[in-house]
Amino acid sequence: MSIICGVIGLVIPFLVPKGPNRGIIQVMLVTTAVCFYVFWFCCILAQMNPLFGPELNKEAMYIVAQQWNS
Amino acid sequence: MGSLMRSEQMVLCQLFLQSESAYSCVSELGELGLVQFRDLNPDVNAFQRKFVSEVRRCDEMERKLRYIEREIKKDKIPVLDLGDNPDAPAPREMIDLEASFEKLENELREVNSNNEALNKNFLELTELKHILRKTQQFFDEVDTQNRTLRTVDDERTGLLVPDNSVSAVGQRLSFVAGVILRERVPAFERMLWRACRGNVFLKQAQIDVPLSDPVTGDEVWKSVFIIFFQGDQLKTRVKKICEGFRATLYPCPESAAERREMAMGVMTRIEDLKTVLSQTTDHRHRVLVLAAKNIKNWFIKVKKIKAIYHMLNMFNLDVTQKCLIAECWCATADLDKVHHALKRGQERSGSNVPSILNRMATSQKPPTFHRTNKFTKVFQSLIDAYGISSYQEINPAPFSIITFPFLFSVMFGDFGHGFIMFLAALWMVLRERQLQAKKSDNEIWNMFFGGRYLILMMGAFSVYAGLLYNDIFSKSINVFGSSWSVPSGVYFFNDSVDNWLTSATLEPSPYHLFENKSGRYYLPYNETTSSFSGSPYPFGLDPVWAIATNKLTFINSFKMKLSIILGVVHMMFGIWLGLLNHTFFNQAINIFCEFIPQVLFLSCTFLYLVVEIIYKWVSWSAREPNLDTLTGCSPNLLIGMINMYLFTGGQYNNTLDPITHTNYTCSSANPLFGQEGEFVQKFLVIIIAVCIPWLLVPKPFLLWRRGVSKKTSNRHIQAEGDIIGDREEIIHHDHLQISDSNDDAHEEEESIGDIVVHQAIHTIEFCLGCISHTASYLRLWALSLAHGQLSEVLWSMVLKIGFTMNTGYFGAVVIVAAFPFWACLTVAVLLAMEGLSAFLHTLRLHWVEFNSKFYKGEGYAFEPFTFEHLLDDTPVE
Repeated sequence: MSIICGVIGLVIPFLVPKGPNRGIIQVMLVTTAVCFYVFWFCCILAQMNPLFGPELNKEAMYIVAQQWNS
Repeated sequence: MGSLMRSEQMVLCQLFLQSESAYSCVSELGELGLVQFRDLNPDVNAFQRKFVSEVRRCDEMERKLRYIEREIKKDKIPVLDLGDNPDAPAPREMIDLEASFEKLENELREVNSNNEALNKNFLELTELKHILRKTQQFFDEVDTQNRTLRTVDDERTGLLVPDNSVSAVGQRLSFVAGVILRERVPAFERMLWRACRGNVFLKQAQIDVPLSDPVTGDEVWKSVFIIFFQGDQLKTRVKKICEGFRATLYPCPESAAERREMAMGVMTRIEDLKTVLSQTTDHRHRVLVLAAKNIKNWFIKVKKIKAIYHMLNMFNLDVTQKCLIAECWCATADLDKVHHALKRGQERSGSNVPSILNRMATSQKPPTFHRTNKFTKVFQSLIDAYGISSYQEINPAPFSIITFPFLFSVMFGDFGHGFIMFLAALWMVLRERQLQAKKSDNEIWNMFFGGRYLILMMGAFSVYAGLLYNDIFSKSINVFGSSWSVPSGVYFFNDSVDNWLTSATLEPSPYHLFENKSGRYYLPYNETTSSFSGSPYPFGLDPVWAIATNKLTFINSFKMKLSIILGVVHMMFGIWLGLLNHTFFNQAINIFCEFIPQVLFLSCTFLYLVVEIIYKWVSWSAREPNLDTLTGCSPNLLIGMINMYLFTGGQYNNTLDPITHTNYTCSSANPLFGQEGEFVQKFLVIIIAVCIPWLLVPKPFLLWRRGVSKKTSNRHIQAEGDIIGDREEIIHHDHLQISDSNDDAHEEEESIGDIVVHQAIHTIEFCLGCISHTASYLRLWALSLAHGQLSEVLWSMVLKIGFTMNTGYFGAVVIVAAFPFWACLTVAVLLAMEGLSAFLHTLRLHWVEFNSKFYKGEGYAFEPFTFEHLLDDTPVE
């Protein structure tokens, strides 16, 4: 994800063809990359060190144990 | 960078147009649509301008065209719209146009009046025809009755009394016949009865076919009546009543033979009239069809002429009367194009004296001109709706192109909903041409169609947000494998029924709390019992939360913190954009007295909060067996914030020791940063306290100092300015000079009092704004929560019913039945309504929270003189 955002925000802007809209496309790309990255990064950070875990009821726990615990 | 970042550089130009080529030059400029003319005679009454008579002639022509168009619409002839754009005709062609319109109008009017007369005649004749027919029936009936009556009478009394009274009375009865509107008949009858005291006899019969009204062309239903009465007095009375009820009376001969003869005559006349009528309508139709072919073009031509003369009215006449002087705003980049247009205009008019374009120096504020394309237009209009940006100020629109859909998606995040929205917008974008050609009048549709690119972006970003929220129509998918698992030490079903677990919390720590019917208990500490794999779900939220009963506790905490982070970043970005403005306009005073304290203020208050949030995320974990880092010991950010301003130290948390079940006190004094942290916090609060007077005081003081020094040096400048003015070749228009000097005077007049008040308001607004705006960004969380909950409710109340049924195939039937209901509600409530509300909240976040940090919006829009809009809104009716 970091690489994708890096490419969108830091590499592609230099490859935008010249034209009247070059500046605006560059701004768009960089802002998109920043927005996407911040959003994703917050997601990761928030789940990296959980302070509490999910509380499952009996059925859900059974299914999780069956399906997800490979 | 592109012109969208800042508005175009504008220049005020003076145009000298030869009077013979002025018209064609202005027409060329109108086709170009890149200059905005200034009104040079604002004091002159609209009726006293130079080209008033031409404008009036155009008005007259438009009136005639509208009349012709109305006639065309009445006959339901389709108007040909080729969508072509005829050039404005030369002034001498105007006379031809006028003449042809005049001729057309007169012809139409004549045909219409003839038609009307003929129709009236026709109506009268048909009415007469019906009268004759009905009365004939009536008389026939009476005759036969009379005959039978007489024979009976004859048989009974024939020899006794030579009776002649019946026939004598019958012969002296006179009658009138006429036609009346059917709905008036009952009232008419009653009136006759009362006015004539029952001494008249009314007989009426309905005409079976509707007659057409000659004036309006409507269909009317009428009745034939015949009234018998005795004597002249009654006759006048009856006639008066007929008049009052708008009944038309027709002469009806008494004898049957005459009536028959008359009927024959009427019939032949009707036939004649019919042929004449069809000929006139044919003629009218031909004329109108011919007109319908050209009427759009004519409208455009006349509107163009009118627009040109309107512009010419704004110009000033040279002293020699040989040329017109115009002043216009134009983008510096477009000057070449304007030059070319002028040249073309000169060639077209055949004049050999070129028009002259001069750049003028002015202190007036130029208009704001953003060059947009079909994609950026909608974003620019969102900003313009808040306020037209001041001249050359940083324009928030290019950033809004991304931040707007992004903030929208944070509230609207759902893969399914976002995808539907994206597809709908994509359809509009791909079929743009066809849809545009249809020119719908539906306001709501036009609104959506105008915002198709915005909706497209919002849809695309919502797809991304939906993926991160792991939310597809309120369901999650497990792509990368959840980081949470049920620990192997937990057995569900091979225990006795009493010990079945009712619920369990998958703890990240090695301590596990379980609940069964006999109560809660902890699983003993064991390294392997941790349910958390150690690495978070790589993209978005873990799917396990979607099925967790404490989902909201986690999601709310995450979304709330996310909105604060996004909000602070957004606002900080706004303040830094302000720096670009200050450097562009060379306002060092604003950098030091506004920008720096603003950045410090926001950093020390809410950027610090963001740092705390991230620090807490990173360094507090319940995974280690260390009791200090357990859930209960993690710092409470809100209370930490409050303590920071109260200068009180960190709080001591009490938590339950999971093993000993006794109260346990966390050892860390300051939950976040320890002793050094407390010192840092105090320092930050001091900076905040310093920032407020820093914002408030220095700027007005410096401005005041500057004003004092300016006044002393003003006299020198004035003397120099006079000399420069003499040297300049450009003929300054008097009015401009007056307004310029007015502006200058106005600037000086802004007193120290105004500046202080302004700055005080600005300071208070900023400082309070920082707090309230940060809180305002919490709407990101609130709306997103509402959206998620609503879609979950919809799922569990509608579609889930079928899935949870234990009745075999019947459940499938229920699902199929419930699906359309669910789908409609999803589109109507979740996409349309929720989408609209999220849109409005995003709009507010941009207008208030973001724009208030740097955007002045005190400009006025550049409104170039163009013919373009004439093409769109031709005959709007």
